Amino acid sequence: MLWEVDIYPKPGQPDLTAAAVARDAADLGLAEDLAVAAARGYLIQGDLRRADLQRLAEELLADPVVERTVVAPVGDPLLCQSPADGRQPVHVLPKPGVMDPVAQTALSAIADFGLPVQAVRTLKKYWIPSLAEATLRLLISKILANDAVEQAIIGPLDFQHLEVGSAYRFQLVTVPMRRMDDEALERLSREGQLYLSLVEMQTIRAYYRQLGRDPTDAELETLAQTWSEHCSHKTLAGRIEYRDERGQRRFENMLRETIFAATNRIRRQLGEEDWCVSVFQDNAGVVRFDDRHNVVFKVETHNHPSALEPYGGANTGIGGVIRDPLGTGLGARPICNTDVFCFAPPDTPAERIPAGVLHPRRVMTGVVAGVRDYGNRMGIPTVSGAVYFDPRYVANPLVYCGNVGLIPREKSHKEVRPGDLIVAVGGRTGRDGIHGATFSSAELTSQSETVSGGAVQIGNAITEKMLVDVLMVARDRGLYHAITDCGAGGFSSAVGEMGSHIGAEVWLEKVPLKYEGLSYTEIWISEAQERMVLAVPPEHWDQLHALCRSENVEATVIGRFEPTGRLRLLYDGHQVADLDMHFLHEGRPPVVRQAVYEPRPSEPLQLTADAERDYTPEVLEILGSLNVASKHWIIRQYDHEVQGGSVIKPLVGAANDGPSDAAVLRPVLDSHRGIVVACGMNPCYGDLDTYWMAASAIDEAVRNCVAVGADPRRIALLDNFCWGNTDRPETLGSLVRAALACHDMAVALGTPFISGKDSLNNEFRPQGADEPICIPPSLLISALGQVADARRCVTMDLKRPGNAVYLVGTTRNELGGSHWARVQGLRGGQAPQVDARQARQTFLALHQAIDAGRVRACHDLSEGGLAVAAAEMAFAGAFGLRLSLAAVARQTEPGVDHPAVLLFSESNTRFLCEVEPQHAEAFEQTMDGVPCARLGEVTDDGRLEIISPGGTAVVQESIDVLKQAWLKPLDW
Amino acid sequence: MATPRVLVLRAPGTNCDVETAFAFQLAGARAELVHINRLLENPSLLLRYQILCIPGGFSYGDDVAAGKILAVQIQHHLAEGVNRFKLAGKLILGICNGFQVLLKSGVLLEPDPRAGLPATLTWNDSGRFEDRWVYLGVQSSRCVFLQQIQRMYLPVAHAEGKFVARDEATLGRLQAADQLVLRYQTRDGQDAPHQVPYPDNPNGSMANVAGVCDPTGRVLGLMPHPERHIHPTHHPRWSRGEASSEGDGMQLFRNAVAYFR
Repeated sequence: MLWEVDIYPKPGQPDLTAAAVARDAADLGLAEDLAVAAARGYLIQGDLRRADLQRLAEELLADPVVERTVVAPVGDPLLCQSPADGRQPVHVLPKPGVMDPVAQTALSAIADFGLPVQAVRTLKKYWIPSLAEATLRLLISKILANDAVEQAIIGPLDFQHLEVGSAYRFQLVTVPMRRMDDEALERLSREGQLYLSLVEMQTIRAYYRQLGRDPTDAELETLAQTWSEHCSHKTLAGRIEYRDERGQRRFENMLRETIFAATNRIRRQLGEEDWCVSVFQDNAGVVRFDDRHNVVFKVETHNHPSALEPYGGANTGIGGVIRDPLGTGLGARPICNTDVFCFAPPDTPAERIPAGVLHPRRVMTGVVAGVRDYGNRMGIPTVSGAVYFDPRYVANPLVYCGNVGLIPREKSHKEVRPGDLIVAVGGRTGRDGIHGATFSSAELTSQSETVSGGAVQIGNAITEKMLVDVLMVARDRGLYHAITDCGAGGFSSAVGEMGSHIGAEVWLEKVPLKYEGLSYTEIWISEAQERMVLAVPPEHWDQLHALCRSENVEATVIGRFEPTGRLRLLYDGHQVADLDMHFLHEGRPPVVRQAVYEPRPSEPLQLTADAERDYTPEVLEILGSLNVASKHWIIRQYDHEVQGGSVIKPLVGAANDGPSDAAVLRPVLDSHRGIVVACGMNPCYGDLDTYWMAASAIDEAVRNCVAVGADPRRIALLDNFCWGNTDRPETLGSLVRAALACHDMAVALGTPFISGKDSLNNEFRPQGADEPICIPPSLLISALGQVADARRCVTMDLKRPGNAVYLVGTTRNELGGSHWARVQGLRGGQAPQVDARQARQTFLALHQAIDAGRVRACHDLSEGGLAVAAAEMAFAGAFGLRLSLAAVARQTEPGVDHPAVLLFSESNTRFLCEVEPQHAEAFEQTMDGVPCARLGEVTDDGRLEIISPGGTAVVQESIDVLKQAWLKPLDW
Repeated sequence: MATPRVLVLRAPGTNCDVETAFAFQLAGARAELVHINRLLENPSLLLRYQILCIPGGFSYGDDVAAGKILAVQIQHHLAEGVNRFKLAGKLILGICNGFQVLLKSGVLLEPDPRAGLPATLTWNDSGRFEDRWVYLGVQSSRCVFLQQIQRMYLPVAHAEGKFVARDEATLGRLQAADQLVLRYQTRDGQDAPHQVPYPDNPNGSMANVAGVCDPTGRVLGLMPHPERHIHPTHHPRWSRGEASSEGDGMQLFRNAVAYFR
């Protein structure tokens, strides 16, 4: 029997779900004051009596203090009695096979009542007043349900039982590839969602012709997963012919010759003092932290899934990146998360959204909720992030998720040994995420949703939390030799990678499944979440198994690493794949790609002659622009303090709401040593020059760390390139150019890159359009700094009237790509450059001053330049600030004396520092040799006042007004 | 007895266990993390401890409702042991998710045989999870954990922390019995009888209730996190010189330990 339990707020209690639906409907212009009512519910299948259900409803499923329930068998008219006249029910259920964590938990809780229950599914029920058919459809598709993972049913439910999968009958599938012509190969690649190039398909065909047999489907899938852009980074780690204004350069492995090369050079220079431990080889980069621990850092993107299903995409994005440090060395304990998003403006009119694309506001709320629910449930503080808005992200939102882990020094390396058991731990395997790896290498189209629905997944954070808990114990007891995560490509990538130097045999029928009916290939390539693979010596298996069982974590032996050099897959004793590891990992045909960068002719940015005027309106406009405006709506939804090590929070100042430059935390509770986490990114500069965009992002990430007190000699960097289709030479050229800047800056600053990742093909072809919408070049630089004593850190809020305020760094005429140019609608100009030598000197001197306690507040200058930084420091500290621009240290060049330049130029390596009068002399001495000028002082009048060199008050406004402008736009 | 032993209960999804145990250790107790499965296998394990603490987190994902599954497990399998623990004059503390568990399991406030539980913790008025710092006033001297504390400044981090009593009469009864011991305040110390406005009362709790104790004062549940304010640098404005040498939450753990000295 299939029962339904509907749970409503009691009379007098708020209906929060309904209120949110009504708000969203109004925001999207679908209906004003939509009088909707909502219930949450459960479908429960089992041999149960009504009294059982009543008891479950009262004692388990509902909260009788604030909720009322309706219990009946599905189909009973009682369930369709509208709470008010003239409304019809709309049911929203997860599609069969989609992860439903609440249902899983409810199922075992009901079993604990001793009741015979077979299956549970959750549902949401909305009572909608009569609407035009088209409006109702829009309401459902835009707000109530996401077709990628949910089904909406208008009217009563009419099914009698829940789908629980049907049995699978083994049948070996081979692909008759040897006799396919090129056209057939291309069709196979596309229709089979392999997304391999023709040359790659030809290479595979030639290989099997040589073997004298056809590949099995599992072999072909394994090759496609392993050779996918997502898993192998064949573009950036491949051969590239690059040409720019300085000439030609040929790379055999572009990343190795730029970004890795910089790290190697830094490590050689450091010699004995090298603090890198493991870079660009494991699932995440590892650097030294203290005498006992190393820190591990990785940032990943989950863009394509988030475009289709923002909640699930971001959810599994954060869940996936946590498994990277967890799968590094012998497993790091996660200590904090980062998140950076790129969206189209949330106020984009609905008619400007291409067909097949979700509205950016929905993408944004879904993504934030996805990160929130996973990160918070994992008990990992989400401490650092940023959000950038640009219309070109409309179809390709970017979701960068990062995780930092802490690992004992002696646990930082892994080594699989022959004879080790292959053990799957954590979540069960289902059809979720099939073809995620190959899909993420494909351009999105308006049909992507239907083609790749299976690539969308929902996570279950608690499964992963339980996994982390037992793995940390198993690691410390030395129960396994190696660990890796099951990410893109599922077991095929994880086992293929772990066994690449040895060989492996896998028994696919042993893999625990969520439901019946999966073929051996589906089991092999499923990207179901929350799974890790261990290499366990046979003598430790019993102990590991018992440990996992003691905390309800599933662990299963699914094979063995065999010294054969081959990857053999079996299903119930039938061989379904037999691949040469060498061909799998080295057989991909090398492709030489063309990359071209042609500098744009630089047109000057025209400044108006009426220089001496009031610029306050622009300051307010920049503060209220989406990139700069407060992100408190997002930040407060994340637990940023769990684990008890918080030192500098993302929001700081007199009212705990100013924008911190970086987060600081003490991961070891009885120590004062801190880690510092920050990022840098500025897609606006990429339109002018990707070299200086990259250099600026690195400078920004480093200066954010230094601003709070990080030691510039101990900052590690991560790169995440999100770009358009790099098959176009000019698109690839703009990326190579950014990578060259990464090399140069890293070497000059002594800040090694330790890990990175790329996501290419972020383009969207609207139906019927010739030109794709391509994202701007989006390089995220994440920085992991360290501070010897976190008690010496400083925050950006002004501390006391009478203190002096200094501007550190050189101001240049660099308004190109600036926020001021943006709000003024001005084009042209130069992207800010970086004098890396001076930058290093500045960072070292400023760190010395902060470490010596000479600095009370410090804020980096970024979007909006000096004016915005000054405003933020003032309103965060709840004090006034009076500055004179006359003394600003500036480059001798045309236009630099213009007040607009002095106020809004986004020149790099600049800070505003607050210094107590008695420390002024010592501060100035420490900063000797670095451009640094005293501009004014903190006041108690609550006003920001900036005077031009010509004596005009170019900015004057109350800090309350400034703060409101900054708080309001995203105060949702 | 010199050093009380604390059982910090872990369940799937518990996540404030380590720092909570650390705070108890710092206060002079001996704290151990114990998984719920160990307690279910052997309920007499409880006898070895003087303090039972259910820390924050998302037990069982807060699936169904926050703390509900763990609460039901305690009701079904551990009610007798926990009751004996209470009667033996020992201490029970529930923080955030632990408060939700203690309340929904009936350990904190006894259910009425007919009307059910006297109160619950439900969705914040804002409808979402929020992490922010709040001022708290201690309303009575009934609770062992809150001795000598007048005010505390602590963070809350929850989605379902709105305290709702079954009805006004029940609320009045709890108030009269001095059990509504911890209330949200404004920064300048305003609270009852008025409803403190958002965000000082971060979730819309009735009577600004942030923490409740049982009639003996030995069982306390509270939404804010005392273990997140034990070190001066935990204070969000320590860099402005506003922190004391010790975080406001520390005294609560010291009180628990002192009770056994």
